[in-house]
This record gives sequence, structure tokens and C-alpha cells, in this order.
Amino acid sequence: MSIRAEHELHTRRRGRNLGIGLMLGGFVLLVMALTYVKITNIDFNNLPGGAIQTQETK
Amino acid sequence: MTDMSTTPAGEYEAQLGDYFALLKPRVMQLVVFTAVVGMLAAPVSVHPIVGFASILFVAIGAGASGALNMWWDADIDAIMRRTQNRPIPSGRVQPKEALAIGVALSGLSVMMLGLAANLLAAGMLLFTILFYAVFYSMWLKRATPQNIVIGGAAGAFPPVIGWIIATGSFSIEAWLMFALIFMWTPPHFWALALFMRNDYDDAKVPMLTVTHGRRATRRHILGYTVLLVIVAVGTGFTAIGGPIYLVTSAILNGMFLLGAIRIWQRDEDDSEADNFLVERKFFRLSLWYLFLHFGAILVEATLRSYGLGGWA
Repeated sequence: MSIRAEHELHTRRRGRNLGIGLMLGGFVLLVMALTYVKITNIDFNNLPGGAIQTQETK
Repeated sequence: MTDMSTTPAGEYEAQLGDYFALLKPRVMQLVVFTAVVGMLAAPVSVHPIVGFASILFVAIGAGASGALNMWWDADIDAIMRRTQNRPIPSGRVQPKEALAIGVALSGLSVMMLGLAANLLAAGMLLFTILFYAVFYSMWLKRATPQNIVIGGAAGAFPPVIGWIIATGSFSIEAWLMFALIFMWTPPHFWALALFMRNDYDDAKVPMLTVTHGRRATRRHILGYTVLLVIVAVGTGFTAIGGPIYLVTSAILNGMFLLGAIRIWQRDEDDSEADNFLVERKFFRLSLWYLFLHFGAILVEATLRSYGLGGWA
């Protein structure tokens, strides 16, 4: 029996795999964007460690 | 022969759309809309990306509970005409797949909401998923005719979660939005049960129509509608209400109350004669009722951010 590189099953699953791939890619981008927003919005002066540091410098 | 060829060529391979249908996209729309309104009506602004991500995870959580519900209810879904085409009873998705998707997405959504927003919002989402998938689906639905009343709470939590995403705490306004959906659910579903009666009879789901009769169901619709009117109109005088909300609410509640009175006045012969026309109209109106109430809350919140909305 000859080996076909493209099995019929591959064609059927292509749409599904493509969709899952896009969703995972989107999820990665979303987590990156969230991380960026969270980090850039942190007020470092109001962190517990920051408060201690400020007291120490006084 | 390769392993893959052992799969019969004619066997149905579930597509992405089948898995998406498992998440009850129509219910998800309502969840997203009410959660967005809850978040935007709150007096604290949310960063757009944090807001978008949080609502997405709430939607995924709602979808996960829908998948768990479909996994558990596959036996009765196969009997009811309304649900026969769902992915599991129609054979497009295997029950085990639905369970796996439900559990995995529940965990993912709760964890990610905790990271994106705050732990209280994540805790509320987890509570909502468990409330719907375990408390309502696995126990309440098949045990008591009050299933719709108590189970309605699950659908009422999203605006509260939206509010918590923004503020990190509970408040009376969030619970008013909860009460609006909570009181709306029974008349909405009982109207459906009146004209889809054979479905619930056949599936032996103890809906009020089956256990207490159709006359009692009509009385209950009117009773709950009166309570709903008080909650809905009363909300108009609070911090999330305003003139636009109050006018919208007054019109909608007038129509809704009239519909409930008509349902109460009718008997089975009247309904059979016109194929439940009044009940069907009432059900359709109920969809608009909720959408427009939350739409009005959203309009008031948007105007308020420009110093216009509300009573101030």
C-alpha cells in the first residue's frame, strides 16, 4: 500500500487545528498585553517594600 | 496501514464549531453583555485591556459551565425537542470530551480572572460555575419545581462579577442588577415551559407546569412579574439608574405586567386555540426586557462619565 503524505483525515482536521492554533496564539498575545499593562501600572512607591525603603532612607 | 487510517473515513469528526456550541454561545452573549454593563456601571474605571481580558475569562467560565451542564444533561437533552440537536445528543461530541473541556476551561478561566482582575472576582466566577454546573444541573433541576427560581441565580451573577472586576468589592448596586435577572428568570422560563410543555413532561424534569399544573404556573408568572416590576422600577431611583433608565423601565414593565396578566387570565383552551400566541409573545418580550434594561443602565453609566447621566 502506498504511503500518502496527505491523508483524508488531515484535510478534515485542518480547520480544527488551525482554529486551535489561532486561539492559542491569541491567548499568548493577550497574556503578553496583560503583563505589559500590569507592570506599567504598578505604583512602586506604594508597595510594602517601597514603604519600608522610604522609611529607612528617612 | 497507519494508525490514523483505522478511523473509519465516514465517521464524523467534531469541528471547532461543535465544541463552540458546547459552550452555549447564546447564554454566553447574555453573560458577556450583563458582565460588561456591571463593569462599566461601577464607579471605578478599568484599563481597556484588563477589562477585555476579564470579560473574556468570565465568558469562558460561563461556557465551561455550559459544557458541564450539557455533559450532565445529555440524557434529557436527547429527549427534549428543543435540545436534541445539541452537540452530545446529536453525536457530534463525545460526553467525555465535553467533561474534559468543561473542567479545563473552568480552571483556566478562574485562574486567569484572578490574575487579570482580582481574587474576589475569580472566587465569584468559581462559585457561579459550581452553582450552575453542580448545584443547579446535578441536583436542583431534577429535584424541585423551584429549580428555575434558585437556578436563576447562576445567570444573575455575571453583572456582580463585572462590578467586582472594577471595584474589587460588593455593593448594593451590583446586587440590584443581580436581583433584576434573578426575578426575571422565573417568568421567562415558565412562559417557555407553557408552550414547550411536552418537552419537560417527556424528560420528566419537575418543571412547575408538570408538578403543580399549568394554572399554578400562570399564577406564579404573574406573582413573580409583580415582584420583578418592583425591583426593576425601584432600581431606577438608585445610583445606577436615572431618567433614561426610569422611562425605559416604566414602559417595559407596563408591557411585561400586561402580558403576565393576560397569561394569568387565559385558560388552556384559549392557549390551544391560538397556539400559545400570548405566551410566545411574552417570552419574546422577556428577551427584549432584559436587554433593554441593561442597555439603559449602560447608557446612564456612559452619560455619567460625561457628567450627564443619573440623578445628579
